[in-house]
Amino acid sequence: MPPVPTAAPPTDFDQLVERVRAIGKEVVLPAASSVDADARFPTEAFDAFKAQGLLSAYVPTDFGGMGLSMTQVCRLCEILGHYCASTAMVFAMHQIQVASIVHHGTNSPFFQSYLRRIVDEQLLLASATTEIGTGGDLTQSRCSIERDGDSFTLEKKAPVISYALHSDAILATARRSPEAESNDQVLVVIETKDTELTEIAGWDTLGFRGTCSLGFVLKSSGSIDQVIPAPFTEVLDQSQHPFAHLTWSSLWLGMATSAVGTARGAVRKKIVEDPDTPPVSALRLSEIDELLFEMRSGLYSTIREYQELLDAGSAADAFSGFGFNIRVNNVKITSSELVVDIVGGALRIVGISGYKNDSKSSLARPLRDAYGAALMVNNDRIRGHNAAMQAVYRHS
Amino acid sequence: MVHDQIREILATHGRLASDVSELDNDSDLYQAGLTSLITVNLLLAIEDHFDVEFPDDLLSRRTFQSIDALADAVTGLVD
Repeated sequence: MPPVPTAAPPTDFDQLVERVRAIGKEVVLPAASSVDADARFPTEAFDAFKAQGLLSAYVPTDFGGMGLSMTQVCRLCEILGHYCASTAMVFAMHQIQVASIVHHGTNSPFFQSYLRRIVDEQLLLASATTEIGTGGDLTQSRCSIERDGDSFTLEKKAPVISYALHSDAILATARRSPEAESNDQVLVVIETKDTELTEIAGWDTLGFRGTCSLGFVLKSSGSIDQVIPAPFTEVLDQSQHPFAHLTWSSLWLGMATSAVGTARGAVRKKIVEDPDTPPVSALRLSEIDELLFEMRSGLYSTIREYQELLDAGSAADAFSGFGFNIRVNNVKITSSELVVDIVGGALRIVGISGYKNDSKSSLARPLRDAYGAALMVNNDRIRGHNAAMQAVYRHS
Repeated sequence: MVHDQIREILATHGRLASDVSELDNDSDLYQAGLTSLITVNLLLAIEDHFDVEFPDDLLSRRTFQSIDALADAVTGLVD
């Protein structure tokens, strides 16, 4: 595999972290309530990200990007998770698509120039991997690329394409050709402007409302160069599967950390008000911090493992090992369930002001968002995969 | 010999889209419709049939890529 971005120098990255925190406080958080209430795209946040070049954070410096490492991208997702889960989720989903091109497209002249375009134009990339009729299984497609000379057409019924209408391009899976088996898939980068999107499902949900994850029938066409040369299974094993679960879990960790901070504020207030009686809520705070510790430890150790595989320039097969896949799945399952426990626990500590939508210590939005984590790629589907692998893998 | 036995196991447990007899020894089984969940059933049947245990480092996509790859893995474990 081609060289992946190595970590930016620490001082530069520390400065970037501070800039992202500032954007979080000054731009992302103030917009979060209206993004949620109106289920609208976080436009002001993405304008700010583009101004900082953050949409090409993972594009290697050779192509003009920031060249951040996967670990550093996860850190940025975690920071954004403090302020607005929808914004952080869109940011994470975009970076997953960028990573798919960085890891699997750099041998192609088309994608070399496409990476430069991502940098220059700060393109926002969306994803259409699920399809109606495949039961949510990413490794199966019904639709196929229909090739005609150097061009192709594609029509896909996608139950969900997050922020499709705000994207510049959509990375869609499809069978390689009309004759190919359902799991012989490729990933194609289609330009949103060349795509007809007919809405088939809305997005009026409990949480993650700003991801605008509507369903569409997608009709597009383009040049055959837009097909990523590697088979999709390779892109999935090596990039999309680990990158998605680790960036998502990172932003859930940010949500959980922020909720624990809100709970800590409530406990401190109680202690100040009545210094002679140790509040019961201090014990509760300690309990949710234990869960946070568990969540962070599992996530960070798996981020380290994936980063080591990337840094070693490992062959595609190294990412398909049962052990690595079980651990990546475990991170997703445990993080998505712990975030509900932690935010819910924080609500019990904060009490009624956390329950109010309009108080400074409201936990209503994060709690609603938290419940989505276990559903986006349903945990029981992931457990099913792990369950099968557990039968033969001996040293988990 | 090992190849023939693997073909038989594939025919019973592989749930491939194509007929196993039409596959070459180096045909890509994933392209023939092998899924990751079926991989596990296949593996259990092979372990049972040859009375071997696949170590964890063999549990990756490459081991199941083709009849040849499976035969190599089994041969390595039987010897």
